[in-house]
Amino acid sequence: MAAGPLRPGTDGPASDAMLAVGRFFNRWEETDDGRAVFREGGRAGDVFYRDRWSHDKVVRSTHGVNCTGSCSWKVYVKDGIITWESQQTDYPSVGPDRPEYEPRGCPRGAAFSWYTYSPTRVRYPYVRGVLLEMYREAKARLKDPVLAWADIVGDPERRRRYQRARGKGGLVRANWTEAVEIAAAAHVHTIKTYGPDRCTGFSPIPAMSIVSHCIGTRFIHLIGGVMTSFYDWYADLPVASPQVFGDQTDVPESGDWWDSTYLVMWGSNVPVTRTPDAHWMTEVRYRGTKVVAVSPDYADNTKFADEWVAAQAGTDAALAMAMGHVMLKEFYAERRVPFFTDFVKQYTDLPFLVTLVPSPDGAGLVPGKFLMAADLPEHASAEDAAWKTVLLDSASGQPVVPNGSIGFRYSASGEGRWNLDLEGVEPVLSAADDVGGSASSDVAEVLLPCFEAPDGSGSVLRRGVPVRTVAGQRVTTVFDLLMAQYGVARPGLPGEWPSGYDDAASPYTPAWQEGISSVPAEQCIRIAREFARNAEQSGGRSMVIMGAGICQWFHGDVTYRAVLALLMLTGCMGRNGGGWAHYVGQEKTRPLNGWSSLANALDWSRPPRTVPGTSYWYMHTGQWRNDGYSASDLASPLADGRLEGLHTADAIAKSERLGWMPFYPQFDRSPLDLADEARTAVEAGTANSESDYIVGRLRDGSLHSSIEDVDAPENWPRTLVLWRSNLLGSSAKGDEYFLKNLLGTLHGVQGNAAESQMPRPREIVWRDEMLEGKLDLLVSADFRMTSTTLLSDVVFPAATWYEKHDLSSTDMHPYVHAFSPAIDPPWETKTDFETFHLLAEELSRLARTHLGVRRDIVAVPMQHDTPSQLAQPGGVVRDWRNGEVEPIPGVTMPGFTVVERDYTAVAEKLAAIGPLAWEKGFTTKHVTFELSGTLQKLAESNGVMSHGAASGLPAIDTDAKLAEAILAFSGTTNGELAVQGFHQLERRTGRRLGDLAEGSEEKRIRFADTQAAPVPVITSPEWSGSETGGRRYAPFTINVERLKPWHTLTGRMHFFLDHDWMRDLGEALPLYRPPLDMHRLFGEPRLGTNGMEVTVRYLTPHSKWSIHSEYQDNLFMLSLSRGGPTCWMSAEDAAAIGVQDNEWIECVNANGVFVGRAIISHRMPPGVVFVYHVQERTIDVPKSETTGRRGGIHNSPTRLLVKPTHLIGGYAHLAYAFNYLGPTGNQRDMVSTIRKRSQEVQY
Amino acid sequence: MRVMAQVGMVMNLDKCIGCHTCSVTCKQAWTNRAGTEYVWFNNVETRPGQGYPRRYEDQERWRGGWELTKRGRLRLKGGGRVKKLLGIFASPVQPELEDYYEPWTYDYKNLIDAPLGDDFPVARPKSLITGEDTKVTWSANWDDSLGGGPQAAELDPIVEKLRAEHRSEAEQKIRFEYDQTFMFHLPRICEHCLNPSCMASCPSGAIYKRSEDGIVLVDQDRCRGWRQCITGCPYKKMYFNHKSGKAEKCTFCYPRVEIGLPTVCSETCVGRLRYLGIFLYDVDAVTEAASTPDPKDLYRAQLDLMLDPHDPAVVAAARRDGIPEDWLEAARRSPVYKLAKVYQVALPLHPEYRTMPMVWYVPPLSPIVDLLSSQGHDAEDAGTLFGAIDALRIPTDYLAELFTAGDTGIVEGVLRRLAAMRSYMRGISLGTGSDESIAEAVGMDGQSVREMYRLMAIAKYNERY
Repeated sequence: MAAGPLRPGTDGPASDAMLAVGRFFNRWEETDDGRAVFREGGRAGDVFYRDRWSHDKVVRSTHGVNCTGSCSWKVYVKDGIITWESQQTDYPSVGPDRPEYEPRGCPRGAAFSWYTYSPTRVRYPYVRGVLLEMYREAKARLKDPVLAWADIVGDPERRRRYQRARGKGGLVRANWTEAVEIAAAAHVHTIKTYGPDRCTGFSPIPAMSIVSHCIGTRFIHLIGGVMTSFYDWYADLPVASPQVFGDQTDVPESGDWWDSTYLVMWGSNVPVTRTPDAHWMTEVRYRGTKVVAVSPDYADNTKFADEWVAAQAGTDAALAMAMGHVMLKEFYAERRVPFFTDFVKQYTDLPFLVTLVPSPDGAGLVPGKFLMAADLPEHASAEDAAWKTVLLDSASGQPVVPNGSIGFRYSASGEGRWNLDLEGVEPVLSAADDVGGSASSDVAEVLLPCFEAPDGSGSVLRRGVPVRTVAGQRVTTVFDLLMAQYGVARPGLPGEWPSGYDDAASPYTPAWQEGISSVPAEQCIRIAREFARNAEQSGGRSMVIMGAGICQWFHGDVTYRAVLALLMLTGCMGRNGGGWAHYVGQEKTRPLNGWSSLANALDWSRPPRTVPGTSYWYMHTGQWRNDGYSASDLASPLADGRLEGLHTADAIAKSERLGWMPFYPQFDRSPLDLADEARTAVEAGTANSESDYIVGRLRDGSLHSSIEDVDAPENWPRTLVLWRSNLLGSSAKGDEYFLKNLLGTLHGVQGNAAESQMPRPREIVWRDEMLEGKLDLLVSADFRMTSTTLLSDVVFPAATWYEKHDLSSTDMHPYVHAFSPAIDPPWETKTDFETFHLLAEELSRLARTHLGVRRDIVAVPMQHDTPSQLAQPGGVVRDWRNGEVEPIPGVTMPGFTVVERDYTAVAEKLAAIGPLAWEKGFTTKHVTFELSGTLQKLAESNGVMSHGAASGLPAIDTDAKLAEAILAFSGTTNGELAVQGFHQLERRTGRRLGDLAEGSEEKRIRFADTQAAPVPVITSPEWSGSETGGRRYAPFTINVERLKPWHTLTGRMHFFLDHDWMRDLGEALPLYRPPLDMHRLFGEPRLGTNGMEVTVRYLTPHSKWSIHSEYQDNLFMLSLSRGGPTCWMSAEDAAAIGVQDNEWIECVNANGVFVGRAIISHRMPPGVVFVYHVQERTIDVPKSETTGRRGGIHNSPTRLLVKPTHLIGGYAHLAYAFNYLGPTGNQRDMVSTIRKRSQEVQY
Repeated sequence: MRVMAQVGMVMNLDKCIGCHTCSVTCKQAWTNRAGTEYVWFNNVETRPGQGYPRRYEDQERWRGGWELTKRGRLRLKGGGRVKKLLGIFASPVQPELEDYYEPWTYDYKNLIDAPLGDDFPVARPKSLITGEDTKVTWSANWDDSLGGGPQAAELDPIVEKLRAEHRSEAEQKIRFEYDQTFMFHLPRICEHCLNPSCMASCPSGAIYKRSEDGIVLVDQDRCRGWRQCITGCPYKKMYFNHKSGKAEKCTFCYPRVEIGLPTVCSETCVGRLRYLGIFLYDVDAVTEAASTPDPKDLYRAQLDLMLDPHDPAVVAAARRDGIPEDWLEAARRSPVYKLAKVYQVALPLHPEYRTMPMVWYVPPLSPIVDLLSSQGHDAEDAGTLFGAIDALRIPTDYLAELFTAGDTGIVEGVLRRLAAMRSYMRGISLGTGSDESIAEAVGMDGQSVREMYRLMAIAKYNERY
């Protein structure tokens, strides 16, 4: 058939003919080529989708607890049913020339409404059936809830029976009255029998549902219970932040990434873990910002990078140190950049003088301590002279005590002088510099500790520094020590120095780091140069987004200090677009003062009992009993022996004893009974004060800290309340030890042969039989079934985030906005606010019979941002128990305070603002806000309570009123307080600050405002950055621009930390420490293949499909992922054990077992697996071949490892504050052995 | 010339973070119901990867889209009208459930109701089709972030094609080894094609393209469930609701679009990478454009269909053809027109299917792959940033197979414009001034670079939609 060209058309002649026939019968309009026809009507069928889209109302809410997003959402409701959600887009604009915050959100949040009506929704209160039967029987017999509870837990057999049933099903429906009664009775019994410090509560991350967090915490503190921390416990706290900045953490909002002109993502997988913010990173590239990703795998963020720096897991500090080496060499030694040197002289400790002292073995010199005013004859008599650091004036050559060190912070004479104004003094940066017209030729060799060996053992570097003599002491500057530490040679200095960048044998060169991190030396040099050059060119706009990938290691603080050094050296801190951007669980409660004061119930009683979660759980879950290393394993070769044989448990006990960190329970008896004894003694004239009485008894050994016999029944935690949290499915490092020792139920602890050789503590009583099942009562409130609810004795059905009033804020954006109920709490669910009120009411009722009014002795350590941080000068460790120093409460040991607790009035106090708000105001970071005007206004808007203990006081008896109060008491949301606070700081600093908030006096963000739309906050002394004039928030801009000191020893950012324990661990200066050697310390197999097993690094980074444990059970997220527990492996490791994609494997070590399916991917490096955080045992987890029981959670193969330096306190910025400084529950140093298992799994 | 208006979408893959928020909000709004459990009107694929349904791009198997007859006429690849009519009762060529995935749920109730036993209760997977216990072995997003990559990604039809053709770049760069890794995400909705092969495939005439905005819909009353449309659509964005027995597809959220709201997937895109707007096109020229003989010329032919809304002749014709004034205004402001036609950074997906798809994509940049050969690479230096285009990890061959029927020159041109924008803007960000030569080097001027930057980086809500 002839194939001549036709006009363009479809098909061939037969079709044309067919169409022509059709056209004959049906008249229609068509295109010239006959391809398309036009018809009218026929659209009735589209009604289906219009119906589907229709809805009755849209309600603003958000998602609580556990995510930094703080995204505002539209919740759609149709016929009283929540249908779906989508993001709000009405954030106030951040300016015409930058992207906006809309539309914040992520797939997890978009899937939230699934929970509302899901089959895993907790609709009713539940109690374990065996317990409920026992309780009903005992109560029928004894007629009293508290006696009934006492009867059950007093009988070892019955107690163990319900404990053993934990986690094994058998929850039965109860009614609210009965469930609340059991929980309240258990609390009353515990307070009565053991004391309130045996009652524990845990709920993390206040910023995401501030009211819910506040109400439960307030309840715990009103009864004298213990709140365990979350930020350090999660290993999200970068301990380097309090160490370097004297600040918990303060970071830029994500909108400030836009100001950056060089952006490094270091261990932070931004698209996955900061999903709503990631666009700033992708968009800033279009401004010409170079983006670099440092990650061991080809992570989701890597694809946006201009360069991928593939550092091996856990070796990032080696890379950072080498980058620092390049910067110091090229920008300080070869060429001094004024922008950099001006910055470090004014804002860092680099010019300060440090003594050189003999090393412990006398073989050489080592850096000693900061030279203090007290060391200078002419300054020695000044107030707080032991707390004022010294530098050299380059003009006169004389030592100068500049303003701003902590010695100026609290003293009367320091008023107006706590600032960074150098008052014309040009500090000497290096002791070798020209001073008063003369250069120093004095030099000395110093010994510096180094930890380059993979097994973690130390070695010694010999490097030289220029030296001067001041007040008879040989001193050098921190800068000189830093140059020595980084191995940057200068002419005329003794010691051993690298021959060049390519000297692979000499620590901290680019070639040296290549041998450790695998990052090519050339790439390291190039990035370091670009980073510094950009900072010079842009005025400090190089930024590092730092994440869990480098933070959550045992030595994460060291890694962070090495990275922060790069930013400080290049003048990038306190800049918009520059500096550190740590986003690991740092969820800023912007209305800080209101939340923290009301949560801690400071309006009724002070101080509250708070404790670092890590040390608390390390001890109470028995993880200390098989800890393979002692502090001496970590010690510097130059340590003076103080850590020799010091077990981690000993270190925790010492930290408690010396008043560094709290531990609870406090004593081996009830603090209520102790208070009575003490008062009797005072009244009898045998003690001067209650505090004296306790000191005397501690000294004579008739009273002990409970930690010293932590496994004794009188020292157990007895009740634990969990809300807004899934401790046992999510954050519990060493989860199996929790199950075994704390809860006394089934567990997967494996143990290994190394345990018998493990060191034992000296100061903790060792009991050969570990008693299992410490906890009498585990209560949780949740809206879905988690590992925690499955293990709980009592489960309260919680309202979801779409069913209540609350507040949300975050560090990632500058707004405060509201949760609102789209529907009322369905079935029998209640808000946390209602639940704790019911619990408080029942407890108060039972207290009338069993408790009444009691006095409570509360022990607390020396606190950050209070004068007590000046307790232990020089950071010298002196133990009163050894007679090295007198036991003085609040100075050499914890302080003791008597608190009156009216247990019959707990509910009334919970619902009103107490009198201490008038009398003492509320304090944040040593700024005390006077509140009488605010209280008056609050009483008018909220009304007052009409009767009872809170009669006449402002009401916070609904969630919305509590939200109103939180906003009213915070400078960020109440301009009057912000101005007031800045004026107070002006007096102390002598610097103008009030203008940062002036003009906002009348601005008061009301709860209704936050319900209408996200509201930008006001610049307040609660934080370190300024938003004034609509600029983006960046931390420390007030410090840099207004010369307000950091809250540190020197008042500057610290490179050098001279506390005894920092020196003993060899960490006085930034350095690299390798991941812990789990073979050497714990007897785990060496990394690598052994037959059909492979031992690998076991990492638990955050997942795309969940926010912690939430959403990991959500059907949408499961449908988009692999639908159950998984383990990402490299193709090489999978091949080594013969595993195919999606086949079942087990990850095994001494701590427990994880069962999951392998995801094999070439994006993974060999030797590393990812078991994404959080994978629980609730969804598609079969029985383990190893244990015969249900496979574990992601934290089953982990355990707690406590770093002693995190326990330091009582010394300037190394002082305790809740969630501010404390040991981290790090988990990344774990290794696990991977095995293929039978593919026929059993459930 | 007959002027018609089409709503179109541009997705900037260079900003896509692969979060799947679009998929979830779309699913929650539209297909969260019985019969459509496996249906994702919007899905996001990791590339290289097989996509959803798996290997949908393998048209030799699935017979989607159009092909040219020997005489240059367009014919459905699945068979012309006559063949369709004769074969109407035969089962059409279409993916089975296992090619999509067997949707599942879990025995969640067991977590609450389990009686006291000797171990933790668990929720086992259950098939949503059979209700029986199941094993999860595939899903709509199984190979997310290169999961299963070493094996699964070899089955990517583009990889197969490049392997078969022994393209040198592909052989060097597509290796699925750790140090060669590359990836990007590809969100997909219905293309709302100008020349929709689904519509042409429907024996019932139930599929129509709305004359005012070009949205392609299935009339739920007229659909008889023949499923020929599923074969016809080469993107496999036509789905069979196994409960109603009808075909369903992405509606471009017409109940929202009609009242001035963006589509759900667009408004909820946290990467802020989706743009919506109006194209004007000459409907009379579509057949000829779609019949362009060389597939590599199809992109240009499609671009030529897009009419300049500022051209007085076009405006006059549009008015004649009943396009309202506010639509003409929208067309002049249209961000999708600017990205596709003015800046020419957006490309259609698989133009070789000849359906004239109206969802366009800006291809992604990626990290440089070879550190040693690119020592001079430095964002501060425009020259080396340009030079780095051929050192990017994502092979341009791969992108070209997606967007230009294999013409790498077009893809490189787009990537160069993106890189030039970055270099040009760096000077402005640092306050060191703008270097006009950078703009000129990619055939633009500073003003248009700044305008493109504003649209792509600042991307305000009212300029995206």
